[in-house]
Amino acid sequence: MRWLWIDRFTEFVPRCSATAVKNVTLAEEHLHDLYPDFPVFPHSLIIEGMAQTAGILVGEAGAFREKVILAKITRATFHRLVRPGDVLEYHARIDRFSEQGASASGTVKAAGELVAEIELVFSHIDRNMAGMRFPEHNFVFSEQFTDLLRGFRTAGSVPLPESPPAGGTAAAEG
Amino acid sequence: MPMTRDEIFSKVKSVLADALGVDEEEIKPSATLSGDLGAESIDYLDIVFRIEKAFNIKIPKGELFPDPQAMQGLLKDPRYVQNNKVTAQGLEELKRLMPHLDLAAVGEDPDISKMTNLFTVNAVVNYVESKVNA
Repeated sequence: MRWLWIDRFTEFVPRCSATAVKNVTLAEEHLHDLYPDFPVFPHSLIIEGMAQTAGILVGEAGAFREKVILAKITRATFHRLVRPGDVLEYHARIDRFSEQGASASGTVKAAGELVAEIELVFSHIDRNMAGMRFPEHNFVFSEQFTDLLRGFRTAGSVPLPESPPAGGTAAAEG
Repeated sequence: MPMTRDEIFSKVKSVLADALGVDEEEIKPSATLSGDLGAESIDYLDIVFRIEKAFNIKIPKGELFPDPQAMQGLLKDPRYVQNNKVTAQGLEELKRLMPHLDLAAVGEDPDISKMTNLFTVNAVVNYVESKVNA
């Protein structure tokens, strides 16, 4: 299984905001784990979907040089259950960005209805964990994640971002 | 127009309540961020972001809270720390780097394990006051 909780970006404004979609299907095992005979998509994975949408946005803002780790779920408010057949739309925006990390917030919607409101803080771990050493290579932004962005940029259905990400070439440009 | 200390405290209280998930009543000026209010390392970054937004100020790295790498260097320097106690010279250096800290709070017991107690609600208010009323 691949740890990917968004299927596609539909909008990507570098250093600012992004929208990603996730199709929820009855074939996913975890839908059947919470309640017998009542499949629902777990809230924890809705947060993960937002973390991936916002985390890639934050990673791109730093040209994928930083190891961006979800460090804090500041707030997560849920308004309705997500059921099979729902198409989740994650709208994320960067609120603050610095050398040490970033904060982001956003909404999750399904068919125009508000599903959740989520606020997150990301850490650039090499900058924050003094005395700890991490592998040189960026283990956060593996091919799986950068492929998501590459797919968006080559899809052609949405105009490519005009300006390159801050600091030069992004790993996701392809 | 300069902000009064009460106005700053009230806004800082609201920021800390949101960032740390605590009730505003718990947020006394003397409360320590980690000991009394339960702040963990990432909360300090969140607090910096929220204070910047709430007061429309820019907080350079290491100014409100110490940069972890710089702090490690300071704590390893024998001029500043001996036998796990911060020396008088070390306290002077802290005061120079972060004048908003209430160093009197640790004057009697400058053990390095107590240094997190320097970061009180009052210290945050002192810092914001120095920025917004500069």
